[in-house]
Amino acid sequence: MTTSPKKSNKKVTAGLFVTCLIDAMRPSAGMAALRLLEAAGCEVIVPENQTCCGQPAWNSGDIKAARVAATPFLDAFDACDYVVVPSGSCAGMLAHHLVDLFEGSGDLHARRQAAAIAGKTYELTSFLVDVMGMKTPPGKTTARIAYHDSCSSLREMKVISQPRALLNAAGADVVDLDKADTCCGFGGTFSVKYGDISGTMADDKATDIEAKDPDMLVAGDMGCLMNIAGRLLRRGSAIEVRHVAEVLDGAMEASPIGGLRDSASQNPGN
Amino acid sequence: METQSRHFKENVAAAILDDDLKGAMSKLTSALRPKRASAVAGLPEFDQLRDHGIAIRMHTLDHIDTYLAQFEDNVIANGGHVHWCADEDSARQTILDLCRQHDVRTVTKGKSMVTEELGLNTFLDSHGILPLETDLGEYIIQLRGEHPSHIIAPATHLQREQIAETFRQSHTHLDADRPMDTAESLTEEARQELREKYGAADAGITGANFMIAETGSTIIVTNEGNGDLTQTLARVHIVVASLEKIIPTMEDAGVLLRLLARSATGQDMSVYTTLSSGPRRPGDPDGPEAFHVVLVDNGRSGMIGGSEREMLRCIRCSACLNHCPVYAAIGGHAYGWVYSGPMGKVLTPSLTGLDQAPDLPNASSFCGKCEEVCPMRIPLPKLMRNLRTKQTEMKMTSMRQRVILALWSQLASRPALYRLVTGTVTRILARIAGKRGAFRWLPMTGGWTKMRDLPAPEGGGFFARYNASRKGDH
Repeated sequence: MTTSPKKSNKKVTAGLFVTCLIDAMRPSAGMAALRLLEAAGCEVIVPENQTCCGQPAWNSGDIKAARVAATPFLDAFDACDYVVVPSGSCAGMLAHHLVDLFEGSGDLHARRQAAAIAGKTYELTSFLVDVMGMKTPPGKTTARIAYHDSCSSLREMKVISQPRALLNAAGADVVDLDKADTCCGFGGTFSVKYGDISGTMADDKATDIEAKDPDMLVAGDMGCLMNIAGRLLRRGSAIEVRHVAEVLDGAMEASPIGGLRDSASQNPGN
Repeated sequence: METQSRHFKENVAAAILDDDLKGAMSKLTSALRPKRASAVAGLPEFDQLRDHGIAIRMHTLDHIDTYLAQFEDNVIANGGHVHWCADEDSARQTILDLCRQHDVRTVTKGKSMVTEELGLNTFLDSHGILPLETDLGEYIIQLRGEHPSHIIAPATHLQREQIAETFRQSHTHLDADRPMDTAESLTEEARQELREKYGAADAGITGANFMIAETGSTIIVTNEGNGDLTQTLARVHIVVASLEKIIPTMEDAGVLLRLLARSATGQDMSVYTTLSSGPRRPGDPDGPEAFHVVLVDNGRSGMIGGSEREMLRCIRCSACLNHCPVYAAIGGHAYGWVYSGPMGKVLTPSLTGLDQAPDLPNASSFCGKCEEVCPMRIPLPKLMRNLRTKQTEMKMTSMRQRVILALWSQLASRPALYRLVTGTVTRILARIAGKRGAFRWLPMTGGWTKMRDLPAPEGGGFFARYNASRKGDH
């Protein structure tokens, strides 16, 4: 994770993989990620041909469906030096599972493309810090922030210090959760198929978060964020839930995830 | 033991509402997680030890036929006997025949998960042979007519008050008003009850943590010493062990034992490590007159060449259970068979059939904590995903899931259409949600909204906004 930016006048081209959850649920976080990459000095490409990395089908054991879904993705990022993902889980899929998905497909070209993507994929905060050397993000905040590590960020992408360093540099008071390395219970389709278990895990996480009395719960994965926000809302908590990109970018024009919306915060994309 | 794993969802629904279970699980995880962490931190070479242990186990699996044959030769040379059993029926019958051959009426038992697989206690009981569990946890659940909920802490689902109540109901010869408000008082009572039974038993049945090919020895580790008493005081010692417990040498045992206790309870070593190498020899002060090893396959040989092969290097330390947030939420009984937690999610369908445990490989968020703490680095999430893939290939998944995934993948492979559909749907949902920003309920989201609100989409999708912003730039 210590790759240096290319030593030439040419800007690093970062391909932004928006992810299907950010695309559908939280475009604000995608726009914030885009501005952060530009602020870091990248030339940002957002390939039109991207939809989903195939993870929902891959984790459901449906390899055929996963390959169909991930196929357009394979050449969407050909022109980019890096694939940058504002999600540890989708980054983990690209960096660690895409090769397995196309192994045995008989399509050598697809396998090579998958391997190329795996080799240049980064989670957003890790890319900003480890590759672009960002020290101070554009956003400023004095909020007391509990940062939640997604399991894939933590275990597959080894992202721990990077988001915390950037949040601290933005002025935030970052607090660690007692059970920081325990899953929040999202797990993709698991959260719907096994709602009792998933909801109980989310409740444990909410208890852990409330114990720290933060202003804001921040994470780098939309799945975890929707899950945690959903449980906090049901418990009547006033803690704001936001994607890390929004806080680091500082615009924060959108209402918190799942939070009340006033007319001024309605998104401009409608 | 008959599997109840098919009823996983019903079991979970009941477990989630059980406050005693919640309290007990919280105590288990808060006790064992930090203990493992500090034991691992205290041994700088822990990761090298893991690599070494994995190499031993994989090498043994590659040559398991040779090592098992060597083990048998050495057991016979030591004066013992080995009985090969393909399935649970033959294992049960073999053990019963041995009991009859040696005129056994009562047996004491050390904790053994394989005998749980066999449903041995019920079977022996029904044939007039009285089995008595001697591990404290096993003793408690035997009194309650329950099965173990954890592979090394069988009664971990119970709170102290529940155990006191069980003892009051079972030990009716004792003073009904005796104080039983500490763990020590309960342990002491069980100890007094069990103590006199060891010498009176005709046979002792134990499991084996490892079987050593080069010496023909079996090893068990305990923290209570009940294993020693079980196997040395009775006339006959019967070891029941599954095939994959075999390892080549005593030195290998040293590596694996160092990993086992640290991963399980955070101890450097378990309190008792007991080796059995055949019956009493002339001049030995104690030991059994006869020594038998019942080698149980019961599905293992079918796994050796299959995609769940790596599961066979499990050393039954329980680290994956102790660190699993799903296990902590539902306890061990919900899994419906002998093995629970992440290892049970792979082992149960592998041994009993995927059709018997269709939910187990699916009920995981794939958080990966199990693989992280496994001393054998078994890729449990990968193995669960393999089983999910098998379910898809065998059309064992629901028609609804297959149709949804097929439609979704076709849509995802057409970016323009995909954006039209998701953009429209999210815009509608955003409008319905209005100012509230989240749903308490939506059709088909019951699994989510029972305990959580569902945050509403902002509406319109990223690309609409991105394209609008780019037009604004020019």
